Amino acid sequence: MSLATLAPSTGNPFAPSDFERRKLRAVTRNKWIMFACCAVLIIPLLLILTHIFVQAAPVLSLDYLWENPSNKGKSGGLWAPLIGTIYLVVGSLLIVTPIGIFAAIYLNEYAKDGWINRIIGITVTSLAGVPSIVHALFGLGAFVLVLLPGINSIVADPKDPDTLWQAGLLTASLTIAVMNLPVVITSTREALGAVPLAFREACWNLGATRWQTIRTIVLPNSLGGILTGIILVVSRAAGETAPILFTGATFFKFVADSGMDKVFPYNLREPFMAMSMHLNIISNQISQMPDKMKFGSAAVLIALILVINSFSIVLRVWLRARKRW
Amino acid sequence: MSKLVAPHRAKEAGYISTPQMTKPRGSGPSRARFQLLDRLEKPIEWLIRACGWSSIIGIAAIFIFILKEAAPMVPKLDWIYFFTNSRWIPAPGSGNEASFGALALITGTFAVTGISLLLAVPIGLGAAVYISEFAQGKVKETLKIVIELLAAIPSIVWGFIGLMVLGPIVKGVFSAPVGSPWAHTMQFLHLSSGDAGAAQGTNLLTGGIILALMSVPLIVSLSEDALRAVPDTFREASLALGANQWETVRRVLFPAARNGLLAACMLGMGRAVGETMAVLLATGHSNRIPHALTDPVRTMTATIAAEMGEAVHGDAHYGVLFILGIVLFVVTCSINVAADLIIKGVKGKTS
Repeated sequence: MSLATLAPSTGNPFAPSDFERRKLRAVTRNKWIMFACCAVLIIPLLLILTHIFVQAAPVLSLDYLWENPSNKGKSGGLWAPLIGTIYLVVGSLLIVTPIGIFAAIYLNEYAKDGWINRIIGITVTSLAGVPSIVHALFGLGAFVLVLLPGINSIVADPKDPDTLWQAGLLTASLTIAVMNLPVVITSTREALGAVPLAFREACWNLGATRWQTIRTIVLPNSLGGILTGIILVVSRAAGETAPILFTGATFFKFVADSGMDKVFPYNLREPFMAMSMHLNIISNQISQMPDKMKFGSAAVLIALILVINSFSIVLRVWLRARKRW
Repeated sequence: MSKLVAPHRAKEAGYISTPQMTKPRGSGPSRARFQLLDRLEKPIEWLIRACGWSSIIGIAAIFIFILKEAAPMVPKLDWIYFFTNSRWIPAPGSGNEASFGALALITGTFAVTGISLLLAVPIGLGAAVYISEFAQGKVKETLKIVIELLAAIPSIVWGFIGLMVLGPIVKGVFSAPVGSPWAHTMQFLHLSSGDAGAAQGTNLLTGGIILALMSVPLIVSLSEDALRAVPDTFREASLALGANQWETVRRVLFPAARNGLLAACMLGMGRAVGETMAVLLATGHSNRIPHALTDPVRTMTATIAAEMGEAVHGDAHYGVLFILGIVLFVVTCSINVAADLIIKGVKGKTS
């Protein structure tokens, strides 16, 4: 061995060579670059959100949430779109939750690993990737143009236009439900898959049937996970705009200022207002809209979504902390 | 012992209690409900099986109903013109006849998607590697939660941010007095096409940045899944051979997770192609092929969203908008199915 390859005789013989030092520096540098990638995502976003809330500050108050919009949204509050969004979320959840959970049970507990299961898996992924505007076209073609005339031919009185079913809460909820179906299926399936097989085997060995096992063992043990997924669907349903553009959302619908009609203003067969639609229209289609009204509406929608999502995150952390297996 | 004793004696001795059937105990109604649910097993099983098919029914229904609305226009449309011309005049006016050339819309869609991918892929992969391999403890949890919240912000809010916050910033950066060096540089580098810089704040670049911010969370979470799926023995083997953390990432983890990372980027692209409300508000909505970075553009999705309200049910314009929907549907579906097959390929290989 030649002397040249040995470490310099002065000082520590284990000191890193220049080559090693360069490599270590590269690690540190790349680590900082990757940290910067995270920072680039987060810091501008925080600045933007702060900007929105600061701009919205002059209008934000409880009255802003409780009053109805007036003068094309140039003044007043947000009550009518807010309650419309709540109606839409509840309506679409009522449709999508049972179907999605049952479908996930089928995929996780019943289906054998075969080509049918594979095809269903692929359709779930592709359904999740269908653009929201295509869902809107589907809602228009299937629900507004086919389902509603069907309903009208059965229940509506041709002489009385008040009994006619229009594109409204029903069609919009159905469209949003179809859109969220793959989300519910995927998250529920993950939750069901997290229940260990040993739990099921123990139950089967006691003589329980498949359905009894699902009902008494699998579902109770995965309830938290399922709920987390449902909450995420709530936030998606509340924020979506494109699917309800042509399927029932409207910019203005009269809502009473007091009484029971203020709390229950909409019914299934009439158009309704929604937060996302309201923000869409006031932010670029009405001239001379005061900036604070735009920012106020955006701030309330962001706050709504973030609060719903925080629920989901807190629930998940809590569940992980008390997980028993 | 008890076998040795005659039954009658055993009874006297108290070894065996008298066998007798007792009614099952327990609170009445809940037990009845229990039995009712058990008796319903068969129908519920059928219901579950039927719901299992819901996603197939859903995707088939979407295709059928959109095709049904587009069908009258399919034979009438000049398809070559549709894909190669950019004259999009949906409402015939004086001196203008209706013309459906979607080239500019298709170009616009892919230009915005390309810009967003250029920004989102490096940032997304970097953030995913940091979260998965370098960050620890509280930092890791916080970053994951923030990325999740980023994914939750609705597209209309992103559009609003593009229109009201980012747009003015982009316009400020890319505008200069006519004839100034910066204006010349911008024109020379194709940063802007006007001689005073960007004409409006909502343009290709703004839309691309907004779309990048929207698709990054998806890319990050999917890439992180792919990196986590690489077994720890790979990392340990690499570190044991003397490679440091970065070399492990570059030479071991990237090749091992290649397919997963590719699929993540493809799904991010699928999301960017199909995004509607954000590009409607943030890209400027101008029907022409972009020549510079800050030219306003218009996408297929935004066109459908903006014009469907005015189209009359059954006329040519209405049918063509549905045909645009079919094009979008086919493009995004093929991206998603391809990504799915790539991921499944990974699973098949490592297991």
